[in-house]
Amino acid sequence: MKLPPLEYACPASLSEAVALLAAGGGDARAIAGGQSLMPMLAFRVVAPTLLVDLRKPPELKEIRISADGVRLGAMVRWRDIEDDARLAAAHPLLKAAVEHVAHYQIRNRGTVGGSIAHADPAAEMPGICVTCDAEIAVIGSAGSRVIRADDFFVGALTTALEHDEIITEIRLPAWPANRRWGFREFSRRRGDFAMAAAALFYDQDAGGSAVNAHVGVIGLGDRSRRLPEVEAALNSQVIDEALIERAAEITSATVDAQEDIHASAAYRRSLAGTMVERALRSAAA
Amino acid sequence: MKNAFIGSAIERREDLRFLRGRGEYVDDLKPDGLLYAVILRSSVAHGRIVSIDVSAALKIPGVHAVITAKDMPGGAPIVPMRLQPLPEFKPFEQPVIAHDKVRYVGEPLAVVIADSVAIGEDALEAIEIQIESLPAVADWHVAKRDQNLLFEGPGTNRSLTFNAVRGDADAAFVNAPYVRRETFRTGRHYGLTMEPRGVMAQWDAAKGLLTVSGAAKVPFFNRRILAKQIGLPEDSIEMIENDVGGGFGARGEFYPEDFLIPFAARQLNRPVKWIEDRRENLMAMNHAREAEVDVELACERDGTILALRGHAHVDMGAYMRTNGAVGARNIAQFMAGPYRIPNVKLDVSLWMTNKTPVGTYRGPGRFETDFFRERLLDLVAQDLGIDRVEFRRKNLVARSEMPYQIATISPYLHEDEYDSGDYQATLDRCLKEIGWSEKAKLAGRLIDGHYHGIAVGCFIEGGGAGPKETARLEINDDGSISVYIGSSAVGQGVETVFAQIAADALEIPLDRIRWVHHGSTTYVSDGYGAYHSRSVVMGGSALLDAANNFKAALSEEAAKRLGCDASEITIDEDKVSGAGKSLPLAAFAGLTREGAFLNKKHTYSYGAQAAHVAVDAKIGKVDILDYVVVQDAGRIINPLTLRGQVIGSLVQGLGGAFLENLVYDEQGQLLTGSLADYLLPTASDFPRLRAIVMDEHPSPINPLGAKGAGEGGMVGAGGVIANAVANALQSFNPDLRELPLTPTRVWEMTQKKA
Repeated sequence: MKLPPLEYACPASLSEAVALLAAGGGDARAIAGGQSLMPMLAFRVVAPTLLVDLRKPPELKEIRISADGVRLGAMVRWRDIEDDARLAAAHPLLKAAVEHVAHYQIRNRGTVGGSIAHADPAAEMPGICVTCDAEIAVIGSAGSRVIRADDFFVGALTTALEHDEIITEIRLPAWPANRRWGFREFSRRRGDFAMAAAALFYDQDAGGSAVNAHVGVIGLGDRSRRLPEVEAALNSQVIDEALIERAAEITSATVDAQEDIHASAAYRRSLAGTMVERALRSAAA
Repeated sequence: MKNAFIGSAIERREDLRFLRGRGEYVDDLKPDGLLYAVILRSSVAHGRIVSIDVSAALKIPGVHAVITAKDMPGGAPIVPMRLQPLPEFKPFEQPVIAHDKVRYVGEPLAVVIADSVAIGEDALEAIEIQIESLPAVADWHVAKRDQNLLFEGPGTNRSLTFNAVRGDADAAFVNAPYVRRETFRTGRHYGLTMEPRGVMAQWDAAKGLLTVSGAAKVPFFNRRILAKQIGLPEDSIEMIENDVGGGFGARGEFYPEDFLIPFAARQLNRPVKWIEDRRENLMAMNHAREAEVDVELACERDGTILALRGHAHVDMGAYMRTNGAVGARNIAQFMAGPYRIPNVKLDVSLWMTNKTPVGTYRGPGRFETDFFRERLLDLVAQDLGIDRVEFRRKNLVARSEMPYQIATISPYLHEDEYDSGDYQATLDRCLKEIGWSEKAKLAGRLIDGHYHGIAVGCFIEGGGAGPKETARLEINDDGSISVYIGSSAVGQGVETVFAQIAADALEIPLDRIRWVHHGSTTYVSDGYGAYHSRSVVMGGSALLDAANNFKAALSEEAAKRLGCDASEITIDEDKVSGAGKSLPLAAFAGLTREGAFLNKKHTYSYGAQAAHVAVDAKIGKVDILDYVVVQDAGRIINPLTLRGQVIGSLVQGLGGAFLENLVYDEQGQLLTGSLADYLLPTASDFPRLRAIVMDEHPSPINPLGAKGAGEGGMVGAGGVIANAVANALQSFNPDLRELPLTPTRVWEMTQKKA
């Protein structure tokens, strides 16, 4: 389990990093915290000829909070999010989700950009991005662009990133102070990838009905997805126990789940419903 | 002075070394000129080797050699059985390297020797190999059809069927008023050690001496195997035991690499080291546990057990390895457990499949068979309308029946008996500790979304295997004492407990026992190592004999020098006195005496376990709210280390009950190839476990009165957890006959209402 032979570069600027990736063609890979890429290299399931380390460019490390929302530099580590007291109010859903990311040693090194570039279907951050309508800012040889999260995640371990593009920032829209939210995850052991998780929020109108419901599930199918049928069921309704149970049923009926060595598809569908149910209950509490 | 170190909770002396990072493991050894071995392993489960072309690999700079079966004069040697070496097993033994067929994913095909592991791994990719695939025998159900054979010679995939017999079970079943028949299954696990295996070999051509570091568990036996395979006299090989990061029965058995690495070192005349990586470890270290049983119990209507009868099938993997038959035979011999079952007839068939071969893993066969039995007992008690505690109480072997003859196993005829104990007493204590009568009220109740359940089970644990162990005491230059012992350290804390035993026997302060040297073949004349929870029983008793010999020799020598009779000599702290004079112990530096203990019987520690669980039925999650193990170990040397053993083995048992499973597909591919998929318990999984250790009934078969007790926590865990979960989910009438209890399985039980 040693790395295949490869070159390593640690550019000081983003432009240099982009140039190195472009020059490497598809054989160069960017490395952020290395928490997914290093094991893949050790198992030799990927064999790039060049690793471009992104740890130096300073603009990737900031967490910026404004009236527009939360902007996470791609190299922000899980630990930075845990330590940032502002985020408890600025984005409590993000904060809650990050608590479920792996183990503290991994949270000390792993980055938000690395996680979404890796695009594991059971990882929390892609799920948060999709649920919250995040925008992903990237830079490449052809310049900068912004990709909607729903367009960014193409499938399991597959994104819309070009080989010479680097994620610079994740933009999470502003979070109203009285927003209702919930996050529930179940994994076989603490720190494991989710068997299923639900991330959701909604606002309330003057009559107490839910509006703007966003319901996302993680760990089912090839990528995190929102559940429009569940959202439609919640919008314009006062969320009570009966509706919560109804939302769970719709979730189980509509999610895409596959069998693997850890769980059957039927179990996963049921679990997704239960996660949505419990997340909704905590949101309504 | 009269010591009482035995029985005292003394902190492990080896921990100071480990906690400061001063342990020395085989991978810490880096002699000059060291080369690294990397092994090419089959990615095909079953196939015929057409060709192996190593020429491109040899051209890579830094590659020194690529060894295949063709490089071995006389062909690839075979790894022989260590335990139960029956002639029936011979055709199924493993060559150290595949030469005609491959039979499991992970089987060695070639060894690359290189300047670094990374270069070696690069070279692996350059070896061109052609294997003609054969249909895989993926499990015992496929194996029993004998359509695709792993071994053409014997003409069958069944290597043996063991029979365990007591009384006349068939006769007892004829007129039995109540019979229940069930099938049960356990998953495939392995004794995953924190430190993977490793071997470092050095050949000293001038001295004709082969030194092999990384030995563990049974260095003397492994030396015998290696000497024969490599064509050297035994005294030309030294097996060195370094610090070892876990044994669990799996580490230290003789594996293919234990030949391949010394062979390479001798061929190249350079030190060669191989350290197993985790991916290899999962497919190369012995597997264990996977078994299925069709079993029936006959009872009187009042719950008196009349007979136990059935047939178990064990998935042996591709080869019969050194101790591979132990688990299977134990399933048969110990299915009755601590219960009085007058008539037993159990067959266990050993099926060869295209998977990693099996060997012993802590509580071999016992974890499986205790799950089968205890689950069956709860089902029967429920059927008969008898309280499950009273059912067990009624049938436990009584103290007055000791020693109690158990089922005799054949072939490799083995008669055995339980040595001593009061099985009711540990059950009573366990019920009291868990608060059974109060908790019983919770059974099946739904509280805050969780169904509560409780269960209790009884277990026995065999230990103290013979035939022999050897120990030696020696006075160091500074007058302190060194212990040398044939037992091996695999993490049990033997340095501490042997120091306690030696200090008591010599009646000197504990810190006068300076070193406890263990395992290596260089310390004593003959050693047998660490397995079957034997170290304290066998090594400790040998140490008592060595202490007697040592004291006699010291008294005799001191008497000469002090001018008195040997009977007048007293040993006190650091001096020897007699006739009003004294000499420092240092004056006798170099004085040494060996002692030995021979034994054919086994010790049987015993106890009971109880659990209180809460099941989140909607997600299939089980929380352990309380778990108590009560174990009587005959005589406790160190309650601190013993409790650690009980808790540690219990956690491994819970891993087997809930998490661990080596999964293969129908082509014989291992799907759980990393620790992301083979799930071990972690620190936060099972926080509420309690161990209560007792020593009310010493073993009559050794002078210490001690019993092996490193495995009991694990033995009972599967059955107790299964019954607790079934008890919690009783309103669903759960169909619980298989471990591990994954979330999917637990959830499925709640989906089928009767």
